[in-house]
Amino acid sequence: MKGFLKRFYVLLIFAFLYAPIIVLIVFSFNDSKSRGNWSGFTLKWYRQLFHDQQIMSALYYTIIIAVVSSFVATVIGTAAAIGIHNMKKIKKTIVMNITYLPVMNPDIVTGISLMILFIFLKLELGFLTLLLSHITFNIPYVILSVLPKLRQLNKHMYEAALDLGATPFYAYRKVILPQIMPGVITGLLLAFTLSLDDFIISFFTTGSGVANLSIVVYSMARRGISPKINALSTLMFVSVLLLLLIVNRRTSKENNVKKGSHA
Amino acid sequence: MKRNWISYPYIIWMIIFIVVPLLLVVFYSVIVVTEDGLTFTLEFYKRFMQPVYIKVLIRSIVLALISTFICLLIGYPVALILAGKGVSRKNTLILLFVIPMWMNFLLRTYAWLTLLEKNGLINTMLSWFGIKPLNLLYTSEAVVLGMVYNFLPFMVLPIYSVLSKIDKSVIEAAEDLGANSYKVFTKIIFPLSLPGVMSGITMVFMPAVTTFVISRLLGGGQFTLIGNLIDRQFTTVGDWNFGSALSVVMMILILISMAIMTRYDKDREGSALL
Repeated sequence: MKGFLKRFYVLLIFAFLYAPIIVLIVFSFNDSKSRGNWSGFTLKWYRQLFHDQQIMSALYYTIIIAVVSSFVATVIGTAAAIGIHNMKKIKKTIVMNITYLPVMNPDIVTGISLMILFIFLKLELGFLTLLLSHITFNIPYVILSVLPKLRQLNKHMYEAALDLGATPFYAYRKVILPQIMPGVITGLLLAFTLSLDDFIISFFTTGSGVANLSIVVYSMARRGISPKINALSTLMFVSVLLLLLIVNRRTSKENNVKKGSHA
Repeated sequence: MKRNWISYPYIIWMIIFIVVPLLLVVFYSVIVVTEDGLTFTLEFYKRFMQPVYIKVLIRSIVLALISTFICLLIGYPVALILAGKGVSRKNTLILLFVIPMWMNFLLRTYAWLTLLEKNGLINTMLSWFGIKPLNLLYTSEAVVLGMVYNFLPFMVLPIYSVLSKIDKSVIEAAEDLGANSYKVFTKIIFPLSLPGVMSGITMVFMPAVTTFVISRLLGGGQFTLIGNLIDRQFTTVGDWNFGSALSVVMMILILISMAIMTRYDKDREGSALL
């Protein structure tokens, strides 16, 4: 009896979590515009979606921004992590506190503070400012994924490489980098997903003509509901799900390897 | 490995894009630009002290607290069940819990919009039973529902991670000494899970108190929260000074709640902030 109650409760919670998403997905295939009743299967909303100029340009910006910002953030972040790892204690504390700032600060404050900066610098709000903002909020997550890997490193490996005549740069490239690579890739994927997903910071730091998908959803949802957004939501949900599965498989593989080496 | 210089691009980047912008916010909240230069003023903080705005602040805090409390009430049993013994495929269940968290929160909120609206699914289902359409959307309940729905996993996961680390032999010892399951829970399990509860509360309260999207979409602009107020100052009104002052207030609010939580965390030794 107790076991049944427990299972029922968990099931109820999962229903609560998934019902809205499932309804959204199901009704993206609904022929009628009204959400109340089902009037047949259709793909017309998806077709309309791909002919919508605004949505297609938003898709383009979302992907470009995510690719470029996650890549730049990974390069800067990985370098920063190596530097931070070798810092003296006080300096390290200061830098790490600054790193945590955008993670802890409400997104809306990060967003408007960046907007103020860009207007202050007389930068026109648009693609460039959006990109700079995404890089900014992505870097800390890359650092936080790479640092644990650096802590696991064997210090003597690098010294051994130097003793054997490697230049410092060569030693980094051939000895350190391959060992921290899993953390770097995880950071890259995390940054990519966060960039794809961001709304609040993007909302404040972009200008007319440049919008990502979240901004389009927000402005459409404010005007009311359209099955086109359902279709868009479905596609976005499925792609984030796929990405998450890839990241998850990576980390669980790593854990298995780790477990194996300890055994 | 004394090669600190490779972190310099990052440090410069963060100074330009994180430190300076925050200083600018503080600057705009106390300085007005007039014809004869810059003047220091506390006018914008004074304006915030008006009853209209204090009401907004209180409403934000109350709605966030209600949502946090509901999340705790619903979420604690879930964490307890998931962490308990005899749960098969535990990792799959946890993953199922995390997946909605990775869906764009705008879409999650939008999903409720389609469910709650006047001719949405819930009202259609009610009409089958002859119940007249209810006004579900644009109520404070809808806003709380949106918050609970969006932030519930933030409550469950930290509690779960603390609960699953509790030493089973402590519980067995209590049972051996004659404690019934109620006693075991109130005297052992719950006190040990408090660090998780605390970080859960922080992780739900903070995004809930700062949101402007949930209240805008599900509250329909009638339930102005402090986030909406900030949004409006920058996007429609154009009053940067007042908007900045509001942002500073929000940062202080977050700092205070974080200070309370970390203090509590330290007392209990051990933090579970993801």
